[in-house]
Amino acid sequence: MLMHRKIFAIAMAFAAVHCGILFAGFFAPYMPSAQHREHAYARPTKLHFVDAQGQVHIRPFVYPSVPVEGEGFQYREDPSSGYPIRFLSRKSDGIHLLAVDSQADLFLFGTDGYGRDIFSRLLFGGRISLLAAMVATLLSLLIGVAAGGIAGHFGGAVDAVIMRSSELVLALPWIYLLLAIRGSLPLHVEPTRTLILLSAVIGAMGWARPARLIRGVVLSARERPFVSAARGFGASEWYLLRRHVLPQTLGVITAQAVTLIPQFVAAEATLSFLGLGIGEPVPSWGNMLSAFQQFQTVSSYWWMAAPLVALVAVSLTYFVLADALHQAGARINSGQSYA
Amino acid sequence: MRKLAIFSLLAFRAISGIDSYASSAPAPERIQRGEELQVSSAEVGRYGGTLVVGQRAEPKTLNPVTATDGPSREVIGRMMADLVHINRVTQQTEPALASSWKLSTDGRSFTVKLRQGVRFSDGYPFSADDVVFSFRVYLDEKVHSPNRDLLTIGGKPISAVKIDDHTVRFDMSQPYAAAERIFDSVAILPQHLLLKSYEQGSFAQALTLNTAPDTIAGLGPFRLKQYLPGQRLVLERNPFYWKADRDGHRLPYLDEIAFLFVGNEDAQILRFQSGETSVISRFSPDNYPAMAREQQNRGYDLVDLGPSLEYNFLFFNLNELPPDKFQQISREQPWFRDLRFRQAISLAIDRRSIVKLAFGGRGVPIWGNVTPGNKLWINRELPHPERSIPQAKDLLRSAGFSWDEKGKLLDLERKPVEFTIITSSSNAQRVKMATLIADDLAQLGMSVHVVPLEFRAVMDRVFQSNDYDACVLGLGGGDADPNGDMNVWMSNGSTHLWNMHETKPATPWEAELDALLNRQLVTLEYKKRKRIYDEAQALIANNLPFIFLASPNVLVGATKQVANFRPAPLEPYVLWNADELYLRQQGVATAK
Repeated sequence: MLMHRKIFAIAMAFAAVHCGILFAGFFAPYMPSAQHREHAYARPTKLHFVDAQGQVHIRPFVYPSVPVEGEGFQYREDPSSGYPIRFLSRKSDGIHLLAVDSQADLFLFGTDGYGRDIFSRLLFGGRISLLAAMVATLLSLLIGVAAGGIAGHFGGAVDAVIMRSSELVLALPWIYLLLAIRGSLPLHVEPTRTLILLSAVIGAMGWARPARLIRGVVLSARERPFVSAARGFGASEWYLLRRHVLPQTLGVITAQAVTLIPQFVAAEATLSFLGLGIGEPVPSWGNMLSAFQQFQTVSSYWWMAAPLVALVAVSLTYFVLADALHQAGARINSGQSYA
Repeated sequence: MRKLAIFSLLAFRAISGIDSYASSAPAPERIQRGEELQVSSAEVGRYGGTLVVGQRAEPKTLNPVTATDGPSREVIGRMMADLVHINRVTQQTEPALASSWKLSTDGRSFTVKLRQGVRFSDGYPFSADDVVFSFRVYLDEKVHSPNRDLLTIGGKPISAVKIDDHTVRFDMSQPYAAAERIFDSVAILPQHLLLKSYEQGSFAQALTLNTAPDTIAGLGPFRLKQYLPGQRLVLERNPFYWKADRDGHRLPYLDEIAFLFVGNEDAQILRFQSGETSVISRFSPDNYPAMAREQQNRGYDLVDLGPSLEYNFLFFNLNELPPDKFQQISREQPWFRDLRFRQAISLAIDRRSIVKLAFGGRGVPIWGNVTPGNKLWINRELPHPERSIPQAKDLLRSAGFSWDEKGKLLDLERKPVEFTIITSSSNAQRVKMATLIADDLAQLGMSVHVVPLEFRAVMDRVFQSNDYDACVLGLGGGDADPNGDMNVWMSNGSTHLWNMHETKPATPWEAELDALLNRQLVTLEYKKRKRIYDEAQALIANNLPFIFLASPNVLVGATKQVANFRPAPLEPYVLWNADELYLRQQGVATAK
């Protein structure tokens, strides 16, 4: 039962995150590229329940923020009038879960250097970043499992060829190759094409490490007594690989998947630097994070770390979910019933 | 008699230990009879201490003739001296190695009197031979000096002729308006050390970072002591330097200047905040608020020197392109070539937001190529049209553009107006400018995409392949004199960014601009020359080859121990008067 509940809780968290990202247009109060130039680097908007007269409101409300004269990017609340949060409010660009009247602003996670709502950008950016990272992870793991499995299981010349080529991939000066790829592309690439390109590039770069790990696991797995027994009964090599050896690598694959996804989200930031990633003003977690690399952002605008927090949280959800599923699977395999 | 008194004073100070030397730097040499010292008007300081400076990148060379990068020039500038120097604060010339100079009545020749009794940092006497030798090297085509262009007037290099040991005459093919400013930053080389390598054709290898310190000599306030690759470069006092303070103490006050190589601006700021370095020479406005907050606690002062000479701008690709190669760009070029299109864009750009968001308010909006930082040359009459979307739309309408029902701008062939702006991804401010512009232009119905590229890729597209629609860049920062920018504005200039390969002026206004610039070049009287240059600025502002955006302020800082700190809006912002700087409390800042 306990296991069931754990999986259920994690699955709900997983679903909530992905729902928020998938239906970003509904959950985000603003369009991701809408600039509020008068409110650049604004702190997260405070939600109030008690007004200046000490009256308690069930519906939360916000005060408009006004710039402090003479201080760059400092704002104070103007408590003379409060604006209630409106739920399921209809605006020109569709229905939004949360909204306030235009006299006030609702920046749940604050704003960036252009006055764009970070919460909205996080949701919209998550679509691109997570999708690209997942597709790239899938791609690199597919190649990695195939290459590592074959190399480890068959050994000999096949192993040598595959492993040397994986070393080649690791040693390649990718930056120059990427510059060349960028040079051959038109300057403006549509976001969907960028997405495919990003996934392909990151996936193609990332298979070598998982392949080496999987090869290691396969090397030890193929010498296990039950594999030798199956071989003794006349099982073919492909059957052995599929039925007995590769399933042993499942743990490594899951662990790799959850570490690769956040790595690949960050890799997109590097690619953005070379003009290969998602360009402004379209948000992605990678390009949002790149702003956080600057000293002044870290020291003055802590709320811009939101994509970092989101990335860690999402990666943790993946990890725990994968772990729980793996454990449940292991129990079923070993014939144990749930406690 | 007075000089004699100075020696004894110096001797007394040295013996009595008033100035104790923490480092192994040599003590200033006694002032000799007949030595013609320049007297500094700065506050009288105290000897000793090391000034630690954080540099973003390592210098590439110590060769003043071939150096082009900022870090090299910053170091070399402290080791070398010029004949006539531009005071970075007043922006006026003042005597340096030349004690006086005279222009001939026809404006074609300069007679320069050299300071008597000057010695190089190795003690070897300086004479007219060194000057003649230096100019020979700078003007030698085989040496590839970037200064050669500046020393070429009317297509002919200037010539240096020795009159006597302390007099040199410079002849020019035509009168030259910037006059003695031409000598600023032309470092005088030691003939006794470099003649051999120059004659053997190995001059480029003579002054590298690997050259032994005792084989390098200059006339600047400091000389090389040590270079540790990847870590630091240390300069020590030149004991023979030719300047003294009002009390007759030979300058410089500092024992040493240590340049630490820190990698980037963030590291530079962190080192400065921790007190590891004593000055910070220009940092980005983004970092100002965080640094200003710590000012009191950490004991440093920040100085906002106001607008720099740097102008940032948007420009369009107006190059003549092979039509088969760049079909898309060729299709867009008729828009870019239409002045009304460029005017509409200029009117739609919210420059105040650029200053506020890209420079944190520490900058000024600009409408011309000369910024308010250049007090001598700015044309204050240039109009500053306020942002107006309706006016911009009227202009586009008059140029034949229209809008579809969704508000998208369509050209004469009813195709949507869509283009990309490239800019350097390593410059956060310019990426911000481009993004703000894209958002502003969306209000005109244009679909503009910002593509930040790696810096070299941007340069390659602008200078070589011409494969771009529009670009945001910045220029300026060198000399305030108009001649520094000739390569940008002359139609055959090497930095004529919007149309790189013009053999003759592509438009009538460019021909007019060429004529004006050539005229100011030979007009000697400032007022007349300023009038011509005002006209040139107006011509540029009216024709908008560049759409000028904003100029950032120069922001610098120093710890409270650094005295005589008088930063200037011209490069090198902080160390230009390194010979006068001194530390109030000795030994606080030391290089480790």
